[in-house]
Amino acid sequence: MSRRKVDKTFKISSIKDLPCGTYGKAMQLTETMEGWRNEAPIIDEKTCSLCNWCYLVCPEGVIYQEDKKMKIDYRFCKGCGICAKECRKKCIIMEREEK
Amino acid sequence: MKTKLEQEEYFYGHKGCAGCGGSIAVRLALKVLGKNTLVVLPAGCMSAVGFVYPQLCFGVNALISPFASTGAMLSGLYVGAKALGLKDVNVVGFAGDGGTADIGLQALSGAIDRGDKIIYICYDNEAYMNTGVQKSSLTPYGAKTTTTPAGDRIHGGTYGRGSTSVKKDMFDIVTAHNIAYAATASIGNIPDYIRKVEKASKMQGTSYIHVAAPCPTGWGVESSDTVAIAKEAIDCGLWYLAEYEDGEYTLNRDVKEFTSVKEYLKKQNRFKHLTDEDIVAIGCQRDKKWKSLRKKAQ
Repeated sequence: MSRRKVDKTFKISSIKDLPCGTYGKAMQLTETMEGWRNEAPIIDEKTCSLCNWCYLVCPEGVIYQEDKKMKIDYRFCKGCGICAKECRKKCIIMEREEK
Repeated sequence: MKTKLEQEEYFYGHKGCAGCGGSIAVRLALKVLGKNTLVVLPAGCMSAVGFVYPQLCFGVNALISPFASTGAMLSGLYVGAKALGLKDVNVVGFAGDGGTADIGLQALSGAIDRGDKIIYICYDNEAYMNTGVQKSSLTPYGAKTTTTPAGDRIHGGTYGRGSTSVKKDMFDIVTAHNIAYAATASIGNIPDYIRKVEKASKMQGTSYIHVAAPCPTGWGVESSDTVAIAKEAIDCGLWYLAEYEDGEYTLNRDVKEFTSVKEYLKKQNRFKHLTDEDIVAIGCQRDKKWKSLRKKAQ
């Protein structure tokens, strides 16, 4: 499954770049959220049973199943920790990120 | 789970707080309803975090409505889609508790009266969280907000105990309209919520879903506790899962033995100031509420 693309080069340099009215393109992403978090979830693939519960409880929708593995789109994860708390197998840990 | 959710994310990259309950409700509802959905958002958290130009986070057609007119705009979108000959379109509105029970109540009432095929989802975080936690009429008894502060020195201690009014019963208000389908749900029971959204999308008339969506910022809980605290609210009886269809009430979960209300309340910063008498009063309110719920569901 493809994840949403982010256009980081998007820039408003003059008033002409702004849309003519209060509307814009659907799903126009220009920045990511990795700077919001202190801790990042890490999934232990060995104990994970692919129940997809973390995929359902994630407020950002960054966890998804691909090739029989649960993957995380770390660009948009805010590190809230709901997935680690709700995981029934306790196979997600929150690891502190040093920057 | 029987319901097939769409793989695609239609609410992605938003700027909600970490652990936001409302965004779980919006995200899952859009995954059930799919691409052919028209969304109306009044002023509130979801429109504030979803549209911060140039970051536009809805993958479907979404409009911001004036605060008071979510219901009116939903009806308008529905007839507009009908006039254009669009088939299989879901028209859904996501309003907060203030936008539903206080400011948008009149428009919602009108929309239910017209009976158009629309879905109105109220994500209830129990105060005006977007503007910084002010009391709404869905704020529960005793909750501390910035307009109902707690403390001994406020008005000589008479009013310093948080919200003095009880939570308005939106479910009863809506069912009194003889609506086609109404339900209460919670992000603490996600399969139940998904089933209800799917059911609402198949209804021919107006549907209303009231989903409890805790707000870690306003409630004063850890961001990781959002789903757990929503579940605990159901377990201790301060929130209920019910449905109304064809004039019949169904109680989806009749809790036989409630867990401790005190434990639930004391986990949240907004209830920290409550005395034991207050907690007993809240327990009595709960028992009264469940008595009437069980009577209706018989």
